[in-house]
Amino acid sequence: MWEPQYEKMPREELEKLQLERLQQKVKYVYEKVPFYRAKFQETGVTPKDIKSLDDVTRLPFTSKTDFRDNYPFGLMAVPLSEVVRVHASSGTTGKPVVAAYNAKDIDTWSNLMARTLVSAGAHSGDIIQNAYGYGLFTGGLGFHYGGERLGAAVIPVSSGNTKRQIMLIEDLGSTILACTPSYALILAETAWEMGVDLASTQLRIAACGAEPWSENMRAEIEAKAGVTAIDIYGLTEVVGPGVSCECPYKAGMHIWEDHFLAEIVDPVTGEPLPYGQQGELVLTTLTKEALPVIRFRTHDIVNLHPETCKCGRTMARMSKVQGRTDDMLIVRGVNVFPTQIESVLLSIERVEPHYQIVVDRERHLDDIEIWVEVSDAVFSDEMRSLEELEGRVRAEMDSVLGISARIKLVEPKTITRSEGKAKRVIDRCEL
Amino acid sequence: MRTKQVSVFLGNEPGRLVDMLKPLADKQINIHAMSVADSTDFGIVRMVVSDTEGAVKALHDAQFAVRVNEVLAYEMPHIPGGLLRLVAEPLAKAGINLEYFYAFVGSEAGKAMVVLKVNDLEMAERVLEKG
Repeated sequence: MWEPQYEKMPREELEKLQLERLQQKVKYVYEKVPFYRAKFQETGVTPKDIKSLDDVTRLPFTSKTDFRDNYPFGLMAVPLSEVVRVHASSGTTGKPVVAAYNAKDIDTWSNLMARTLVSAGAHSGDIIQNAYGYGLFTGGLGFHYGGERLGAAVIPVSSGNTKRQIMLIEDLGSTILACTPSYALILAETAWEMGVDLASTQLRIAACGAEPWSENMRAEIEAKAGVTAIDIYGLTEVVGPGVSCECPYKAGMHIWEDHFLAEIVDPVTGEPLPYGQQGELVLTTLTKEALPVIRFRTHDIVNLHPETCKCGRTMARMSKVQGRTDDMLIVRGVNVFPTQIESVLLSIERVEPHYQIVVDRERHLDDIEIWVEVSDAVFSDEMRSLEELEGRVRAEMDSVLGISARIKLVEPKTITRSEGKAKRVIDRCEL
Repeated sequence: MRTKQVSVFLGNEPGRLVDMLKPLADKQINIHAMSVADSTDFGIVRMVVSDTEGAVKALHDAQFAVRVNEVLAYEMPHIPGGLLRLVAEPLAKAGINLEYFYAFVGSEAGKAMVVLKVNDLEMAERVLEKG
């Protein structure tokens, strides 16, 4: 462990530390950020009202829209002169979310990324091939600084140029690959096409994050690349990667709770939900200085488990992200997440994890269309056997998810490969 | 006689046949026989070609899903009732099921060729050879 004094802290002590930090941070934003002061006053809450951790629910939520409305620096608690780094999210609609850090924040974040990498199984002797995009995206520099803090050798290759990535894995003996799970799969596939067996290289761990992925996808990456694939979680609004990470037991991602206060709420009503129940993750930063955030609605659907892990860490574990409230599809009244569809597809033998869900503009649908790529392995000269395949996928969607899906078989490589986050749901009018 | 057949998965879109034929033409590969089975969204192109391995490589390079399997290629006289008496009836009598077949006029005058996919290749071969 990187910081056992925190990672293994008894929960009672941890909660005391969290309350102390929460009280400080609430007072801090009330004094420094007009946006929060106005919002607290509107809700009728003052920093003095926070007497226990449960009182956090008295504070108003912060949303992505608040970041947009206060673009670019309106939520900052320090003058711009104190800022040493700015990142931004890959905003697909409108303005991006801007995240600013002062020197202390960069220090804290680097430390949390080192903690994250150690949790994933890394040590100072490792060679980390960092295939997250460098630039505005938090992934690239987040892993870079964490790797350096740990004392590992970081190869700042950034995303893309897949053949060169494979050459570097072979020639430089990279032991850890850091990239999105969809890119890990592309790498594994390309290696195979090039006749390179990744299992016989030094590569040991894939540190995958930045998009929701399923257990079946993990199995696929592990089998094809001969690595242990570890899930890492974070988001630009909160800090970037380094909010939570799995340990080698893969029993959920440990949230670094000495720095982030986690709650689960009902995505519709916003009411708090007890541990163990599935709901939307809400995060409050406890130590960030330049851009603290109070009760940020992540839109990520997870479960939280506070029991001590087999690894000895007491930090609560969050499940893999089960879906995004904004990605949620409602098919004849049934809530469906793309990750669930992925799971079903991957459970069918020989079906490749390359798929796309096509929806109409409004997300309340009678049925959905799922495009599945036909590989040599599933292709047959007999129409009947392809029709059987379509039928099987349709039947599985129906029996596992209770939805009716139209399956369309498409040619290999017709579904766009993403080097960053894969876009699983597309609107028919984008076709 | 047994022969190798190359099958290709083709999206049901204008121009896809061109994309598929071009790499074959570029590699000077001749198509001896061809048929297309179609569904709403895709087609299965089946071909007997002059260079099976070359065709598979060219099509893979062009990123098509390809499959090779054995079929029967049977040469017969090009006469009225030939297909009925020399192919269909003997196979039916032997209880052999046809998955699919395609027929074309042979390269020699007076000859025709049938390509057959059956559930029992060996037995069909014997039945047809007996005439």
